[in-house]
This record gives sequence, structure tokens and C-alpha cells, in this order.
Amino acid sequence: MASTIADSSATSDSARAPKRPPKQRYRKPSQFRGRDRTVFYLMVGIPTALHVLLVWVPTVSSLFLSFTDWNGIRFSDMNWVGFLNYEQILTVFEKDFWQAVINNAVLLVFLFIGPTIFGMFLAYLLDKRIRGSRFYQSVFYTPVVLSLAVVGFMWQSVIYSTDNGLATQLFGGGESVDWLGNQSFLISFGDNYGISKNFIAILVAIAWRHTGYIMVLYLAGMKSVDNSLREAAGLDGCSEWQAFRHVIFPTLKPINVVVAVITVIEALRAFDIIYVLNTPRKTEVLSILTTNNLLGEGGGNVGRGSAYATILFLMCLGFVIWYVTNHYKKTQEGAES
Amino acid sequence: MSATTSGTSTEALMEAEFERNKEPLRPARIVLYVFLSITALVWIIPIFGAVFASFRPFEETVREGAFSWPNSFTLDNYREAWEQGDILKKYWNTTLILVPALALTLFFSSMVAFACSRYSWKFNITFLVLFTAGNLLPQQIIIQPLFQIYNRIPLPDFMSNSGKLNGSTWGLILIHVAFQSGFCTFVLSNYMKLLPKSLNEAARVDGASMWVLYWQVIMPLTRPALAALATLEFTWIYNDFFWAVVLEQQGADRPITSSLANLGGEFATDDNLIAAASMYVAIPTLIVYLALQKHFIAGLTLGADKG
Repeated sequence: MASTIADSSATSDSARAPKRPPKQRYRKPSQFRGRDRTVFYLMVGIPTALHVLLVWVPTVSSLFLSFTDWNGIRFSDMNWVGFLNYEQILTVFEKDFWQAVINNAVLLVFLFIGPTIFGMFLAYLLDKRIRGSRFYQSVFYTPVVLSLAVVGFMWQSVIYSTDNGLATQLFGGGESVDWLGNQSFLISFGDNYGISKNFIAILVAIAWRHTGYIMVLYLAGMKSVDNSLREAAGLDGCSEWQAFRHVIFPTLKPINVVVAVITVIEALRAFDIIYVLNTPRKTEVLSILTTNNLLGEGGGNVGRGSAYATILFLMCLGFVIWYVTNHYKKTQEGAES
Repeated sequence: MSATTSGTSTEALMEAEFERNKEPLRPARIVLYVFLSITALVWIIPIFGAVFASFRPFEETVREGAFSWPNSFTLDNYREAWEQGDILKKYWNTTLILVPALALTLFFSSMVAFACSRYSWKFNITFLVLFTAGNLLPQQIIIQPLFQIYNRIPLPDFMSNSGKLNGSTWGLILIHVAFQSGFCTFVLSNYMKLLPKSLNEAARVDGASMWVLYWQVIMPLTRPALAALATLEFTWIYNDFFWAVVLEQQGADRPITSSLANLGGEFATDDNLIAAASMYVAIPTLIVYLALQKHFIAGLTLGADKG
């Protein structure tokens, strides 16, 4: 897939090349002296070889392996089974699969309407002239430097502890509450699927970390908004909301793109906190299903694990292509002007 | 920060005009401060709670509740977590992975970024696209084949306890470098592109080789971006949980963050012990963050700026 984007950008590059003023151009590697040429190929070659071998080769292999029944032991055991893994996922493992897809989707939507909007709101407030703005920023940002695994661990012991957690003592009404073990659905879709209560507990912990991340990104964007724009909006008698909606928000477009990509990718990557809290069920996401087919009791199912991985890949593919083409199209235009 | 005027209403503007350095304390402002302070207070609770609990005997928390005034102060939780969790060994495991991985990531990605942003050749965009897209993939897409590849690469005994790349420190270093160089190449190429083009010409006229241009001209000028990335990558590699859980299955050899996967089961009955253990994991990143906050934020926004 990367090659398709790359090809199109490469052709457009060469198609436009003659129009460029020649003095603007950098030297081409083909003009290098002998030694420089070797250095150049090594500089690009070694890092690229490592990246391709450990990132892209496995990615493509996942697609291939998802059509086999390989157990990961001997290559001779590998059989081509067509779509069998996918069929099994949709029949035998139907419940796990759809619950995981729902959880991934809920996480994605939640990250957009929860931490993204709140993070943007905090950034907006901190962008006003505020005493101690740096202090507030530091507080909101601190969780971001913690691993999601640590976040899970911390929340488990401090907030969600069944008997002594702060959440239990505040909202439990004197009784113990099993925040992370409660698999019953708060919102159910049909008889078998829904959003379980323990998943929501995890979502809250994720939001605690994600909000600061978003806040920092938007804050950087808002700082670069030209002050004269705001002053003009103020003079025109715009309300606070109108000024934000029509003046500040449009200039944040590049940040919105980055936030959208980060949020989608984070929602699909989510793994650590769910794995570390190890709650009984109903909190699985696709990344957990992939890994379950590799580790522990369910291990050795390379075929099925790869099928889950391929589904994950297809889900993020669109965003990756959209972002990358968007970015490099702009870069090229920038280079030409 | 303080230089930005709110300027959202004419009134605010007029006031800002007359009192550049003083913010007027109108009711709206007071509401704002109250809101921010309460939110900040709520935000800090999980970390503060973990610190608080970690210095308390668990019996006391059970007896008097987590909200109660502390009667006793103890380091027992830290002592016990340190010994049972073998924390020193875990820190050492992390160091052995983190230092080479961080250095190599920055070195490799700066070379690719240099070649792709300072020279114009047929495939420079192709290479950048490859790295950028690679950095956006979820790790779980890669893991099944990667695990199988690692399982089939033998290493001599002095390099790996398992005799394979799988389960060795080397394997973790390699995947960190390969995976993280995606983001770093992206950021560094954006940064290097903004350096004046005339530098290349000047170096050529002086007869400097390509390596000299890279190492003695471009790299020193890229220092701010490198500092920002180093801070950011320090936390990302330190915080890695997934790679180590899958590719380093021997609990004793795991770096500190992923050893949480084992501690969770061992300490399950004692919340205050869990709190102390999570403080051990959190402290290095918190120190780095507090000391290098500026670089940290710069790293994130460098990646976002060129969106």
C-alpha cells in the first residue's frame, strides 16, 4: 500500500520537475563523487533495511499468514486454508470478535468526544492570559509521561480498589464495588454485546492520560494564532463562542489532522492497560485478541492471530493513507512555491 | 504564554490595552480560576493517592479507609516492592535496552532524514512515506511474524540467555530502533528541510564530503530537534510494555515497565504495595519530564507542527 502512495507522489514529482527553476534544486546523488556515493547509500540503506525488515516485512507476512493454518513450529506444517481463519472468527469466535470490535469503536468515539473536546477546552482556557498557566499545564500533562500500564496499575490500587479505592469510598455507599471485574453491560446492543461496566472504568483511566496529550497539541496550535485575528473578532463584536468557532478553530486545522490521526491510531493500538488490568472478560480489544493467539494457552495460532492483525491493519489503513498523502502532497507543493 | 491576550470581547480588549501586565479580576476570571483549580486538583488525585498510599501500611488503609488522616509513615512498601520485584535488576535491564536503542534511533533516523531532506533524488519522498506510514502501524500487526522471525535467529550464549534473538536484549533494541525511527525520521526531515539550502552549496564549494556536511554542519544545527526527540523517545522506549511482554517472556529479564505484568499477580492482595511498585516505574519518567519539560513539549509539537 505504501508503494501506491509513493508511486503516485514520485510520478507527480517527476512530472512537475521540469517547471522548477534549476538553481533551486539540490544536487542529485548521481552527481556525487565515488566515496560520497557509498556513504549516501549506507546512510539510507542500513536504517531502511532494518525498518523494512522488522516493520514492513512482518506486516506483509501477517496478511499472507492469515490465509494459512500455521502453528508457528515448522514451515512444512503450513497449509493454505483460504478464508478459513476469517470464517472461524465470524462463527466460532463471533462473540469475542464483535465484542472486541465494539470495544475498539467505543474507545475511538469516546476518545473523540471525551478527551479531545475536553483537552481542546482546557487548551482554550489556558491560552487566555492566566496566572500560573505553566503550573496548570504541568498538572494536566503529567499523566501523559506515564506508561498506560502504570496508569492501569495506579488506578487499580488507588481509585478502583474493591474495598479501599477512592471511587469505592466516594460512590460505593459503604459497600465494596468491583469496578474492574463487573462485566455486566451498562449499555447493551442485543443480548450478547454491549459496553461493559469494567470497560468504562478503563476508559476513564485512559481519558485521564489522553486529555493532557490533546491539550498540549492544541495549546501549541492556539499560540500560533495571530493575535490581530482575535482582536478583529473582538472589534466586530463576536461572542466568545463565535470567535472560537469562526476565527480560532479554522486555524487549528493542521492540529485537528494530527489529533485525528493520533486518536485513531491510539484507539486501535490500545493494549497495555487492558492487558495489565487483566479483567476477566468483555474488555478485550482487537490487539488483545491478536496477542492472545501468540502468548499463553491460546498460543501458536499464527494463522488466526494474523487474521486478527490483518483486520486491525485494514481498519487503520485508510487513515494512514489519508494522512501520509495529505502531508506529502503539501510538502511537495511547499517545496515548489 | 503570558504574552497572548484573550481578546475575545471588546471589553476585554480595551482592558488589555490599558493594563498589559495585569489581568482584571472580573467574575468570569474568578470562575475560570476556580474551574481550573478544581480540575487540576481532581487530575492530580491518582498520582497523589498513589504516593500517599505507598507510604502507609496497608492494614491502616484497610482499617481506617483511604481518606483518613495518616497515623503512621512507613517505607516498608517500598522495601518490600524493591526486594520482591527485584527492581534494581529491572532498572538495569531497562538501561541496557534504553541507552543503545535511543542512541541508534536518533543516529539512524537523522541519517535517513538528512539524505531525504537535503538532497533531491528519485525516491526521497518514497522513503519518507515508508518511514512515516511505518510509524503509524499498530504494533500488534507486526507481532506474529516478528515473533517467528526472532525465534529463528540464533545468537551465541554470551549475547542471549535463550540462544535466540527472541528473549534477548538485542531483539528489543532492534525493534525499538526499527519502529521508533519512523517517527524520528519524519520529525527530523521536517526540521532539516527548513535549514538554508545554501549550506549544501557552501559545503560543496569548500570541498567538504557528504559525511562532513551531515555530521559537522547539519547535525549541530539540528540539535534542538534532537534534544526534543531524545526526551520524548526516552519516555516512549522506557514506557514500552508490549514489545517486552511478547519478545522477552522470561520475567527476570524484563525491563521495568513490562515487569508490571508479573507484579500485578504477585502483589494482588496489597494495594499499597502495588502503589509503591507503580511509583518505582513512574519515577524515572516523572523526573525526566520535570527536568526537561520544555524539550518534551517541543518534541510533541515538532511532530504536529507540520501536520
